[in-house]
Order: sequence, then C-alpha cells, then structure tokens
Amino acid sequence: MHDLILAIMSKYNYWIYIVLLMIGLYAMMVKKNLVKKIIGMNILQTAIILFYISVSAKKDGTLPIIIHGPHAGHHPVRAADYINPLPHVLMLTAIVVAVATLGVALALAIKVYQQYGTLDEDEIHTRIRK
Amino acid sequence: MSQQFPALIIIVPLLAAFFIFTVSWINRKLCFPIAVLSLAISLVSAMGLLGMVLSNGPVEYRMGGWPPPWGIPYYVDYLNALVLVVVYAVALINLLACRQSVRREFPDKIGSFFTLYVLFVTGLGGMVVTGDAFNLYVLLEIASLTGYALIGMGKGDAALSSLNYIFMGTIGASFYLLGIGYLYLVTGSLNIADIASILPGVYDSKVVLVAFIFCITGLFLKMAFFPLHGWLPNAYTNAPSAAISLIAPLTTKVMIYVMIRIVLYLFTPSFSFGALHVGSVLVWLSAGAIVMGSLLALGQKSLKRMLAYIIVAEVGYMTGGLWLGNTEGITGAILHLVNDAAMTLCVFLAAGTLMFKIKPSVAGELQLDDLAGSFTKMPYTMAAFVMGALSIIGVPPFCGFFSKWYLLSGAVTAGHYEFLAALLFSSLVNVVLFFRIIEIGYYGKPGHRAESGHSIAHMDEAPLDMLIPLLLVAAGLLAMGFYTDDIVTHVIRFAIPAGIV
Repeated sequence: MHDLILAIMSKYNYWIYIVLLMIGLYAMMVKKNLVKKIIGMNILQTAIILFYISVSAKKDGTLPIIIHGPHAGHHPVRAADYINPLPHVLMLTAIVVAVATLGVALALAIKVYQQYGTLDEDEIHTRIRK
Repeated sequence: MSQQFPALIIIVPLLAAFFIFTVSWINRKLCFPIAVLSLAISLVSAMGLLGMVLSNGPVEYRMGGWPPPWGIPYYVDYLNALVLVVVYAVALINLLACRQSVRREFPDKIGSFFTLYVLFVTGLGGMVVTGDAFNLYVLLEIASLTGYALIGMGKGDAALSSLNYIFMGTIGASFYLLGIGYLYLVTGSLNIADIASILPGVYDSKVVLVAFIFCITGLFLKMAFFPLHGWLPNAYTNAPSAAISLIAPLTTKVMIYVMIRIVLYLFTPSFSFGALHVGSVLVWLSAGAIVMGSLLALGQKSLKRMLAYIIVAEVGYMTGGLWLGNTEGITGAILHLVNDAAMTLCVFLAAGTLMFKIKPSVAGELQLDDLAGSFTKMPYTMAAFVMGALSIIGVPPFCGFFSKWYLLSGAVTAGHYEFLAALLFSSLVNVVLFFRIIEIGYYGKPGHRAESGHSIAHMDEAPLDMLIPLLLVAAGLLAMGFYTDDIVTHVIRFAIPAGIV
C-alpha cells in the first residue's frame, strides 16, 4: 500500500494527465450536450499538453537561459540544470491547434443551434427523424 | 529553382490561400484563377520532384538550412513523390471541375471556399512531404480543420456531421500526438529517419509499444478504418459536392500514406512485422472492414452514402495489404492508394455532376431512384461514372483490377485466405451495387415520380467545364491500368524498404 502511494505521488503529474485524458474522453463519449462535448475535447487536448510539459521538467531545473542557471552560468553548461525547452515549443503549436479546433467546433455548434434550436443530441436526432 | 521544389509545393498554396482571402474583398472573380495557378505550380513542382527522384534517387530539403535531427527536413523518396503527384493532380482536376457548382452553392462565400480548398491541399501535401513527425501532426491538423470547415459549409445536417467529425478527428489527432510524445520520451528525436535509426536498441521497451498503439489507433480513427468509421458516412453525405470530391479521394488516402510511412520508415519492418505480432490480427480486422463496409453500402438508398461506405471498404483493402507484410501486399496497398484516389475522384465527380443537374427527391441527398433515365439525358457523365464503377469493381483494363490483383496474390503468399475471401466478396458486392445503378439509370422509368417535382424533362448534359475534367479522369483510369507495370517497376518497387520478402 505504502509503495503504491509512493509510486503515485512520485509521478503525480503523469497520473493527473491520465485522469484528465479519461475525463475528456468520458465527456466526449457520454455527454449529450454538444458544448459539454466540446469542453471534453478541450480537456483532452490540455491533458496532452500537461504530458509534454511533464516530460520536459527536471528536478531543480531552471529556465533554459544560461544566466538563470546556478552561479549565473559562470561554468560550462550542464543540461541537467535546465529544463528541456523543446516540448514547451511543441506545445505552443499544440495550444494554437487546440484554440483553432475549439473555434471551429464552437462556430459549428452555433450553426447547429440556429438550425435545430437545441444543443442536446437526443433532441436533435428526434428532430432530424421528423 | 528545381532545388526549391519541396518548399514550393507547400509555400505557394499556403501563401495563395491568404492571398485569395484578401483578394475576395476586392474582386471575387480573381479567387478561382489564383487558386488554379497556385495548385498548378504545385503540381508542376511535384512532377518535377518525381522526375528528380526517378533519375537521381531521393531528395532531401533542409528547411532554413538546418541539418536534419535538429531542423525540419522535407524528404522526398519514391513513395511520397508518387503520392504528391496524385494529391496535387486530384486537387487541381477537381478544382477545375467544381467552379460552376461552387458559384451556385455559395455565391457569396467564393473567397472563403477557395481559401479553405487551397489550405486543405497544403495540409495534405505537407503531410506527404515532411520528414518530421511533429511537423506531420501540425499539417495533419491544418488539413483536418479546413476539412471540417469545408464539410460544415454544406446544407442539411452538414454542421452536425462536421461537429461529430471534429470530435472523432480530434481524438485521432490527439492520440497520434501522444504517440509521438512517447517516442520523443524514448529517443529524444522527432525526425522520422533519426527515430528509426535509434529505435532498434529499444524494441523491447513498453514505451515504444504504447507509442505504436497510440499512433496507429489515432491514424485508424483518421482514416475511418472499420470499427472507427462512424464519422465518415454522415460527413461525406452532407458535405457540399464540390468539397467532397476533393475530401473523399484524398483524406483517407493520405492518412493511409501516413500509416505506411510510420509502419515502414519510422518503426521499420523489423519492428512492425517482426518484433510485434499484430500483423495477422490487423489483416483479420481489415477483412472485417471490407466485408462490413460492403454490406453497409448494400443497404443504402442515397448515392453519396453508398459511395462513402465503399470508401470504408477500400480503406480495409489498403490497411490489409500493408499488414500482409510481403512485397506483393505492400505493392498492392501503395498501388491501390494511387488508383483508389483516381477511382474515388471519378465516381464522386460524376455524383457531383449528377447532383448539379438532378433535383434530388430527398433534400440534399441524391437517391439511387433519382437516377432513372440519366443515361439518355446525361450520357457522358454516366459513361464516366460507369468507367469509375468498373474500375472499383476491378474489371481488367481499368487500374482497379491490377492493384486488386497484387493484393490478392499478396494474400495468397501470406496465407491469409480470409483476406482473399473478403476481397472477392467485396468485388461481388460492388458488382451488385453498381449494376443496380446502371439498371435504374438505363431502364428506370423517370415518369412515375413526376408528382414529387422531379423534372426529368429539363435534365440535360452537364456544362463542358465539368464534363472535360470528369472524362479526363475516366480516361486516366484506363491509362493508369495500361501503365501499371511501369508504375510498379520504376516507382513502387523502390518505395518498399529492404528486408521485406
């Protein structure tokens, strides 16, 4: 039991990422309201951002700028002192993609609402069948 | 100039897309010529690249001059040089054909439509040409987002089906991104060739296995592999016809190209077919996809929905061909990728042309019964449709036969007789599907539906600028059939990495 707690606590960021991923997938599959589904989609994408950022983190690591390092950088650069900047840069792109997806999805949700007068999936389907 | 081809095929349409949008505020008539010009430049560059690859071997282009593991290289070899030509040729031919239907369907949105169109093609072309796994994700999202918007421009339930497509597509792309994240965790690299050279040391790592599962599941979602195909039929049926004859031939095919690239060049055959034991399971799943896609197509009354389910079956053909894991199977998968893009373009263009002229009895969805009498009124359109249909069935002089032949012989070599049976079953179902249409079109009495406002009397042949591209594609199906041997011996043979028997 103690080991399990230790295993979870020492890598809690990865566990949170998994929980967020599952919340997002759950919302997208189970919720009937289209806006809730869109929120689920956004949670899913945010979980992936957390995953990438966790990958780049290092214990006692600082910003990858030399003067921020220990002794203001007056020594040969040691990679272990600095967090990995590459996943951060990748996630900047992923954030842009997530925002664009959210925009397109919300625009379509507005169009759906104008068309059927509701955002509830079941109601929309009964209206389509009529 | 020719050294810059890999950059030009992406940059020209990307800049043209923004230019089109700006110009549409000034003069809408300029949008179409700019779109045609940009895609024509890309097509010429893609053909130039294919020529360079054929004479001198693979081409590597370093974006901004940064050397590979750090910078983003654009890498063109035998596999993607061929796919690039297909992508841009399909996009350009469809663009030429769709001018009138765009003008009629969205008279005040011409600028947005052509902007999205050209951006979509940019995304697809980028996915094919890039040698960087993360860059591929970004371009995948460019193509997907513009695709959602293009589908959402349709009438009827288009917005709802596009929203469903967004949900499924985002899950797919996110899974792919996660897979790349896990690979980065193990290898510290995002360059496809670099990852492939690092991976052999960590084949038994669980992280690589998880990465593989995430990547492949994400791609399966994006390509509408059978149990994950739910988004496709509605999205493809409700989309505007000018957009769908672009999206239907290209999206699934480019995703299959990405799968081939990932399986053969990122994870390499020794991992995908050797260390992992999933090939046989995936061939069984593909056989299931083919059978179910064909059966579902058989149950449809709407023309476009039927064609959409045929695509679901065709995705099974190519996935199965790849996972057979032998030279014939993979040759068949790559050849079928090229052929299927042309065949799907042919039938969807014909369907779009029919939609342009025939008023459907159910709003927005052309029913099979609406085609009654179409052979006498629109003989050229239907002739092209029949040629596309014969190619999908797999009748010898057409290209569809040859790729199916490679797939069949691959199935026999690998001993996967269930895949062979599924292919033959699907061909038979296609015969039924298309001869039903031919029967309705040829012998059907259009008169009995006169009361529902079906105006057969006013039906006539489509305008020439829609017909000429359509007939060109139909003739192309024959030409590709005759030149199959050249395509296989000069291009596809070199696209298959060493180590596959």
